[in-house]
Amino acid sequence: MYPRPFHYHRASSLKEAATLLAELGEEARPLAGGQSLIPLMKLRFANPSHLVDLNFIPGLSYVKQDAGTFRFGPLTRHAEVEHSEIAARIPIIHDCAAGIADVQVRNRGTMAGSLAEADPSGDWAPVLLTLETQVCCLGPKGERPVPLAQFIEDAYTTVLDPDELISEIAVKAPPTNSGGAYLGFKRCAPVYPSAAVAVQLTMEDGLCREARIYLAAVGLTPIRASEAEAALAGRPIDPQTTRAAAEAARATADPQPDMRGSADFKRQLIFTLTQRAVDVAARRACGEHVEVSHIYA
Amino acid sequence: MKKNIAININGVEHRAQVEPRLLLVHFLREVAGFTGTHIGCETSLCGACTVLLDGRAVKSCTVLAVQADGRSVTTIEGLAQGNRLHAIQEGFWEEHGLQCGYCTPGMIMCAHDLLERSATPTEQEIRQALDGNLCRCTGYQHIVNSVQAAARKLGKRKATRAVAAD
Repeated sequence: MYPRPFHYHRASSLKEAATLLAELGEEARPLAGGQSLIPLMKLRFANPSHLVDLNFIPGLSYVKQDAGTFRFGPLTRHAEVEHSEIAARIPIIHDCAAGIADVQVRNRGTMAGSLAEADPSGDWAPVLLTLETQVCCLGPKGERPVPLAQFIEDAYTTVLDPDELISEIAVKAPPTNSGGAYLGFKRCAPVYPSAAVAVQLTMEDGLCREARIYLAAVGLTPIRASEAEAALAGRPIDPQTTRAAAEAARATADPQPDMRGSADFKRQLIFTLTQRAVDVAARRACGEHVEVSHIYA
Repeated sequence: MKKNIAININGVEHRAQVEPRLLLVHFLREVAGFTGTHIGCETSLCGACTVLLDGRAVKSCTVLAVQADGRSVTTIEGLAQGNRLHAIQEGFWEEHGLQCGYCTPGMIMCAHDLLERSATPTEQEIRQALDGNLCRCTGYQHIVNSVQAAARKLGKRKATRAVAAD
């Protein structure tokens, strides 16, 4: 299976890659992990004339914590996050990294590539939206930080100019009384989830002080479930409030029927996944160690 | 627009001039002649084409050959040492981890990635590590048994080497 012919360029720095993209024009694409772009090119859904390969640039793959901020490099692969002790300090990030596709895809695919592609079913965007996340965008004219909520504009559409690249993803450390969980329902490992829910809760004196809930794969972009958040804020996390939040999340979901299931089926998944994710997030916020993984059909 | 590349495959450097659109799996099979790496779905779903790129399992249908330039690739042909099979290959042989054998090279390379990271994986960890590899024959149980047998063999050999070193 061959993609259409294209010209291949190898950048030696991010700055050089941005300059190359500017010179080559809109038919050029950066190549990071390639786990979406290469399959799309093979199916000829994507036909760039030029690829600018970022994989030979040294020093772009890292997970760091400085003071209250976690920093992920532009070429940090899912597997690096999955096995990082630093990243494991934010359990929802570990849930996400360890649940993406399969080992082979996680060894290649990158967090930045996932955000830049903005696939409606992508895992990283809904997870990082529950936290305070900034995306650093680098272009020939310089660098600009963009809050993640403003970074994604629509399905497959971000604020990145064609000659801009993600140079870093910065996540503010959640407080110690905060916990999160990311749970999805998948037909099999290599595919995107049919539906998924990301929950981050901050608890204080037995009450939920703040809730952030994003729904994945049930809209054109990740959907913030504000009414579900409101159902928890200021209340204890118990079966009644959890159920109320899950019902609100189900009403907020806007799924399309497709090969992964009917719209009703996906709404029901959102209901159940929200209940389970809220429960795990609340327990983690109270210091309990809870391991979870996606649910498979 | 062709590129000159050099890929170290199973310890030997292979040089060629290739189109940038050539996939690594085609380079391995058609240019370098390592046909042990199989092509299954070609859409990054089945794992049959799994090889090690700098020691980590990747789907060679989803990597361009030019991306492996200057790096090392291990295919199924690179595991045995002379006439002695690798412990994972022995495990698959002894525990009947295959029937038609089409998925086997990918399964073994992926199991190699797992056993490098974790010497004594649980059954659950083995199943999770191989969940990107499809098998239409075995029902997976014998594959899991094979990887467990391989882990035991590798553990024993390591212990023997440690004793010998003492």
